[in-house]
Amino acid sequence: MNKFLDSLSNFAFRNKNFIFLSFLIIPLLWLGIVYLGSLLIFLGHSFFHLDGFTGQIVYEFSFKTLFELFSSPANIDIIIRTVGLAACVTIGSAIIGFPIAYYMAKFTSPKVKIFLFIAIMLPLWSSYLVRVYSWKLILAKEGIINWFFEKLNLEWLLDTILSTPVIGGPSLSISYIGMFLVFTYIWLPFMILPIQASLERVPKSLINASHDLGANKRQTFYKVILPLALPGVIAGSIFTFSLTLGDYIIPYIIGTSKFFIGQAVYTHQGTAGNIPLAAAFSLVPIVVMVIYIYFAKKMGAFNAL
Amino acid sequence: MLKALNLENINKSYGLINALNNINLTIRDGEFFSLLGPSGSGKTTCLKVIAGFEAPDEGIVSIFGEEVTNIPPFKRHVNTVFQDYALFPHMNVRQNVGYSLKVKKMKGPSIEKNIDEILEIVNLTGYDLRKPSELSGGQRQRVALARALVNKPKILLLDEPLGALDLKLREKMQIELKNIQRQFKITFIYVTHDQQEALSMSDRIAVFNEGKVEQIDTPANIYSKPINSFVADFIGTTSIFDKESAMKLFNIQKAFSVRPENIVIIETEKDLSRIDKKQYFITSGTVADCQFQGSHLRITYSIDANCKLSAFKSLEGDINQKYDVNSKHSIAWKKSDITTLNE
Repeated sequence: MNKFLDSLSNFAFRNKNFIFLSFLIIPLLWLGIVYLGSLLIFLGHSFFHLDGFTGQIVYEFSFKTLFELFSSPANIDIIIRTVGLAACVTIGSAIIGFPIAYYMAKFTSPKVKIFLFIAIMLPLWSSYLVRVYSWKLILAKEGIINWFFEKLNLEWLLDTILSTPVIGGPSLSISYIGMFLVFTYIWLPFMILPIQASLERVPKSLINASHDLGANKRQTFYKVILPLALPGVIAGSIFTFSLTLGDYIIPYIIGTSKFFIGQAVYTHQGTAGNIPLAAAFSLVPIVVMVIYIYFAKKMGAFNAL
Repeated sequence: MLKALNLENINKSYGLINALNNINLTIRDGEFFSLLGPSGSGKTTCLKVIAGFEAPDEGIVSIFGEEVTNIPPFKRHVNTVFQDYALFPHMNVRQNVGYSLKVKKMKGPSIEKNIDEILEIVNLTGYDLRKPSELSGGQRQRVALARALVNKPKILLLDEPLGALDLKLREKMQIELKNIQRQFKITFIYVTHDQQEALSMSDRIAVFNEGKVEQIDTPANIYSKPINSFVADFIGTTSIFDKESAMKLFNIQKAFSVRPENIVIIETEKDLSRIDKKQYFITSGTVADCQFQGSHLRITYSIDANCKLSAFKSLEGDINQKYDVNSKHSIAWKKSDITTLNE
């Protein structure tokens, strides 16, 4: 027995792949079957369709469902609405997140940095639902923001903003502005952390070299720091963009009655029992992300990796 | 004499550490000047002060007579070759080299002409489109050099530029750097911890130790007339006799050092009798170690309990000769070959 174990250990030492494989087999099976497998099966459903009379799923390959998705103006509206908001949230997070990440990576002492890390992560430790509901209260007509504007006699300003078509609404808690604020708040850590990590990897000597070669601070920022931080911005935007595309809770709690992709998927696979259409809707964020990453790569966002 | 650089009473500290302690330096136009010292001696901090990356706490930096103490690096007519090269990883060789011309808004055709010229000088024609990650260490070094030179700076700062290269390449680059300096007639300020490099390339050397300049002189004078025991010990191989040993063994009042190549090893009584006792110090030592070093043997003698001495023995004639450990020899050196030291 001992001899067998001995030769097994010798074999394992010489054959590194054997060790890797024995460690990786369970995660690989999990990833392959449970994760990707079920996802592919679900997405595959978008090629089936619902029988209009019986309400049963017809397991035949066809493009009927996908055609249904893209031929209905209501569905197109949902897609445009969701992608538009996700884009706004991503840009907003990047604009707010970049300076914070830059400050953390380049200007703070290690102690302040740890404090900032905790401050950024802290909200993630509390329940997502609790945070969204808190925002509902903050944004409500009786909430603190309204109160604040009242005290400053600036109600007219808030009313003007809320009466803006499309982005406005009866109150902040039932408007696109409100959704934008809550989404940006919820996903901001996912934008800051990758940017911070990528800025952290820009050595001080590169910035010195740029100054040395005659570039002032602004030129150095645009020609050296920003291009090198771009992979981090892209990584962060992949998070904020895709998370917003798929979310259905914030549109449900904060939003108007108009649907977002997540709500559409939720309704179609739940109440309506239309799994093929739900699957077709689920394809949209994936396709959008693939296109997004393709163009990001084409524009050189990953060149510094 | 045109002063390329003048440092007056420069002080700089980081917290409690005194990185630069009252530095005074004057560097002439066209000079190859080395800042030599062990790591942590302040030589790189000094370079950063000259380049403008760090502001001194006190003191005045002037470049060609113009005070630049509080002028940012991008407005100074100096360029730096960084220790880690600091090439921009997202740009190819051409973009790296052309960076400074681009930010200065030079016209396109003349940028391209300048880049081509400088790439030819550093032997990198044809590598234009490579990224730094696709180059070898030596090639990256050349890009860093080209990027700094394309600006035609009045002063070029080099921060241990050859530190990461292997010995052969380093020796080759030493010669090339020296040629480039002659060709461009620029002042080179060269930071290194390698005393051989400093001795072989420099017109003058400043030896740094613990934030202070110990000695500024030509390589020959630094080598043959070190001002104190630190310089004597740091430059080349040397044996130092402290005050007590000097007094006890040779009846001299001051500490002194002697170079191993000046030591004469006396193996026979006959040779000993031939030595002129007025001109030579003579003592006896026990061989503690004997190393083969190619052209010569390096022998370490114990003179007494706390005194060791290194000697070189040329291996002309018999390449296989060596000395056994613990054998006793008389050793001698000319009185004029010693350097008395201020502790």
